[in-house]
Amino acid sequence: MNIDWAALGSVLGVSLAVTVGLVGVFTLGIVGLSKEGAVAARTGAYAAFAVCAAAVAYGIYIIVA
Amino acid sequence: MEHVTLLIGIVIITALVFDFTNGFHDTANAMATTISTGALKPKTAVAMSAALNLVGAFISVQVALTISKGIIDESAGVHPEVIFAGLVGAILWNLVTWYAGLPSSSSHALMGGLIGATVASVGLAGVNGEAVAEKVLIPAIAAPIVAGIASLLATRLTYRIGRDADPKATAKGYRAGQIASAGLVSLAHGTNDAQKTMGVITLALVTGKVIAPDANPPLWVIISSGMAIALGTFIGGWRIIRTMGKGITDIQPPQGFAAQTGAATVILASSHIGFSLSTTHVVSGSVMGAGLGRKGGVVRWSTAGRMLAAWALTLPAAGLVAAGAALLADQGTWGVAVVALLAAAGCATIWVASRRKPVDHTNVNDGAVDETGVVTTAIAAVTPPPAGSLPADGLTATIPAPAGTPVAPVSPTDPAQATA
Repeated sequence: MNIDWAALGSVLGVSLAVTVGLVGVFTLGIVGLSKEGAVAARTGAYAAFAVCAAAVAYGIYIIVA
Repeated sequence: MEHVTLLIGIVIITALVFDFTNGFHDTANAMATTISTGALKPKTAVAMSAALNLVGAFISVQVALTISKGIIDESAGVHPEVIFAGLVGAILWNLVTWYAGLPSSSSHALMGGLIGATVASVGLAGVNGEAVAEKVLIPAIAAPIVAGIASLLATRLTYRIGRDADPKATAKGYRAGQIASAGLVSLAHGTNDAQKTMGVITLALVTGKVIAPDANPPLWVIISSGMAIALGTFIGGWRIIRTMGKGITDIQPPQGFAAQTGAATVILASSHIGFSLSTTHVVSGSVMGAGLGRKGGVVRWSTAGRMLAAWALTLPAAGLVAAGAALLADQGTWGVAVVALLAAAGCATIWVASRRKPVDHTNVNDGAVDETGVVTTAIAAVTPPPAGSLPADGLTATIPAPAGTPVAPVSPTDPAQATA
């Protein structure tokens, strides 16, 4: 039997990094927005959402391509 | 189209029925957590998922004619009767697991059906045993582990970062995040699973010499496959949604977001890197991981255990039913007619049984309050349908596997359930 450990390993690595990264960034974004009146937090939040939107766009690109 | 014989016509209709059960079965993958956390209303969620499945069916142009990924020798083994028998096995197993409310992989059911039908019709030589282990068994073990770890860590992280934030202020954000990642899962599902049916129908047309071997699928094949999977998704397998969204663990919005994001990432990463993982296994693993990731979160292992048993049984059960169907269908026209009638009778029996205690969009989120009821229903559920479809395969003795085995893993966990 020929298990492609390299591919399985990369799926694990990529999935861990991307999931934890995206969830972390997105949570920072919504926590930033929940703090009222802080301009810096608000700007950071929008930057975080932009990163997540880019990730979703890349996801759609992978599906379509 | 004037050359489409009756047999090919039956195969096409059966393939579309399978496609329908596929959408129906897999709605839970994209939308269960979204529905159980209240991010979307049940009807809205299935409508969105159906629309994205339909879009997904149209945007990807590569239709794989190798429906079984090299597991069966398609050049030697496949004739329309085999495809038909394989589909019948897959459909019946999908309905049995739906009735029991268990998420199981539709692709495994289809592969199991095709393997069983090929073995019965051509012999063991038609199946590549190593490929079965490589493409089916290993991914089935790997998927929930990979997705579970990713979602567990993500859940921990999101609770940690958000621990000082007001849940009311963050609720809207988590809701948006869940909807976005559930949308991605739906879209990916449409491209992958509708393609499978297109591949089956195209293969049937090729083997029936209706179209040339290297031809692209005709437009009506693409449209009907997309419509069938979208309709199935929209009707919604509410029983499975309830298990996935409420039965495995109680999901809160941050968990739902982490689980769904993890699932979307693993599905896309695996299909992109080329280590294909089943959507159902990925999402179930994600939900379990998210359940373990929250402090005080409890995973109901009895439910998870039943689910794992259903996964292990999917391939052999669909295969046995398909093998019986293939032996009958190979007898000629009357055999095909008998299989078609028995399959229809089996489907009707399961549907009628499901009406005794219907689950729909109105009570899909009531799962947790009715936990003992769910277990007893599941036991009752697993037993009658095969008994009902006994005539369907009585000739070939395929009944014991689907009827007897799912009950076994249920009973020992039952006391645990009662005390939990």
